[in-house]
Amino acid sequence: MSKVFAEGLVCPLDKNNVDTDQIIPKQFLTSVSRDGFAEAMFFDWRYLADGSPNPDFVINKPEYAGASILLTRANFGCGSSREHAPWAIQQYGFNVIIAESFADIFFNNSVNNGMLLIQLSKTNIDLLFNRCQQGPQHWQIDLASQEIMFGNNAALGFKIDADIKQRLLAGLDFIGSSEQLNPQIADFEKSRKASQPWLG
Amino acid sequence: MAHNSSTKTLYQKIYASHVVGKLNPSTDLLFVDRHLIHEVTSPQAFSGLKLANRSVRRPDLTFATMDHNVSTQRRSIDAAGETSRKQLEALATNCSENNIPLLDLTHPDQGIVHVIGPEQGLTQPGMIIVCGDSHTSTHGAFGALAFGIGTSEVEHVLATQTLPQQQAKTLKVEINGELSSHVTPKDVIMAVIGKLGTAGGNGYVAEFCGSAIAAMSMEGRMTLCNMSIEMGAKAGLIAPDQTTFDYIKDKAHAPQAQHWDAAVQYWQSLYSDADAVFDHTVTIDASSITPQITWGTNPEQVMAVDQNVPSPASFSDATKREAAERALAYMGLEPGQKLTDCQVDVVFIGSCTNSRIEDLRAAASVVQGKQVATGVRALVVPGSGIVKRQAEAEGLADIFKSAGFEWREPGCSMCLGMNDDRVEAGQRCASTSNRNFEGRQGRGARTHLVSPAMAAAAAIAGKFVNIAAQAPAAATVAGEQA
Repeated sequence: MSKVFAEGLVCPLDKNNVDTDQIIPKQFLTSVSRDGFAEAMFFDWRYLADGSPNPDFVINKPEYAGASILLTRANFGCGSSREHAPWAIQQYGFNVIIAESFADIFFNNSVNNGMLLIQLSKTNIDLLFNRCQQGPQHWQIDLASQEIMFGNNAALGFKIDADIKQRLLAGLDFIGSSEQLNPQIADFEKSRKASQPWLG
Repeated sequence: MAHNSSTKTLYQKIYASHVVGKLNPSTDLLFVDRHLIHEVTSPQAFSGLKLANRSVRRPDLTFATMDHNVSTQRRSIDAAGETSRKQLEALATNCSENNIPLLDLTHPDQGIVHVIGPEQGLTQPGMIIVCGDSHTSTHGAFGALAFGIGTSEVEHVLATQTLPQQQAKTLKVEINGELSSHVTPKDVIMAVIGKLGTAGGNGYVAEFCGSAIAAMSMEGRMTLCNMSIEMGAKAGLIAPDQTTFDYIKDKAHAPQAQHWDAAVQYWQSLYSDADAVFDHTVTIDASSITPQITWGTNPEQVMAVDQNVPSPASFSDATKREAAERALAYMGLEPGQKLTDCQVDVVFIGSCTNSRIEDLRAAASVVQGKQVATGVRALVVPGSGIVKRQAEAEGLADIFKSAGFEWREPGCSMCLGMNDDRVEAGQRCASTSNRNFEGRQGRGARTHLVSPAMAAAAAIAGKFVNIAAQAPAAATVAGEQA
């Protein structure tokens, strides 16, 4: 396995409380497919009313074309549970999001799609935004050693839940791992039926 | 958490009683008692199942409705546009192929998933309830652990009737005292969000308690728990009591007569132990809460309706200051402005937060005998077929219609504008829904979250109104039943 979980250009989205309605607006949610959401990501910020790209939105700036690490601030992904939000972000090309905090449902949805979400203190997030102000950044993320590597031997450690780390490193099958407990599920159903028959 | 293991919070009791087994040192597999599904977040889950040759483990514990993108003008699957029709058809096909009960548009009880769950008696104390929708927190009003999930998790629950979980932190929100007249559960939860912030509940399950909660109806408790997600809480919870049991009794899916006493006996064990330790506690004096209104673009940007729009400079935190500047620009508001001077273009009474019969009664009592102001477009969208029929039987629908409101079919409607019920760019909307995010009700739409009575008063006056400063509420609406 490669030492580096992800590497690439960093796009700084300097906002708090980015909600999933912003990440992908309602009109794109009528799809029955899991694909095709990249163009819809951040739609209202990314495109002007006439449909042309908004040159002021950070994602559209030429220096961030091809970015694969998204840097943002607190409570990213709040609001609606729509998994279309991480799908859009991942399909656009981001596989790592670094933020001060994430909304719970968005966090789980992203991990379930194999994305790495790194939570850091406000002080460290400020430091990372400062780095981005110095010019486009290219970072490597080593998940095994839990480090963001800036080059020139500079690095910043991060914490991650051990279970999530193992899942991301091993690429475990979300449903398959639970199915290994099928006998226990069957036992639970039996005792539930006996003790609380009204539950069905 | 290093708590005494013999004392537990309500959340911890429900969690512990659903552990099927351990997946990892900190991850448990929990059994799910009710899985509610709708058209928007389920199609990819069913495709995933098919692709992996998996089947639905417990279709008998799975219930579906059509709500998010249905037309509220006509009860036809074709009425909401081509892509919506395909999505609704996919739900119908997936349900029929897997024997999942579905309240489709031909069913008289169809409605918003978080309105029909309780109405049908599917929601009961002590359960774990999940749905691919963040407002699943609504069902916590019954002392059920209920939370929103994503589509990968929907697929997981369909396949296994379980979900991997880790223990959340516990937050106690104790609200004591009496609410002033005109102050509703909507105002209470908006005030709580204003106090804790839109991320204040991240990582927590919030339990609401105190005398003000004990005095609340089930519908009020649902409104309260519904919006716990707007402060980031994983779930909202209220310990079940006689009010809860009385609500559930005789509902279609309530425990059958022969099990009723045993069920109630179990439900009575569902409370936080007196000495249970919460990770965080907030206490609020109910009498201090006044009618609330949001001024910004997230639910923590809220104030009492008689306050002035805050100045960004008043926020000491730089990020909150910038957020306020951005919000005021988007909302077309000036610092110091009074929202009671502010014209409204659209009034929306509906959504899983405020579309139940008590909400409609409260709105109708304000509307009765009056007319919607010229130039205001006003909609009432009942939460379900049952709510709609009852409102019609009580004469509420006639009150709304003669005042100039549009009286619609059940659905999520203008809360998120997935169908054609949208607010136009630049328009200002008094909305009883739950999110005032940029673009939520339509690109460029300006949403102000309020209670049903405040929304109704805004429709009549054509601008926001401090209903607490008005004459006492009109006498009970004709036909209203206790």
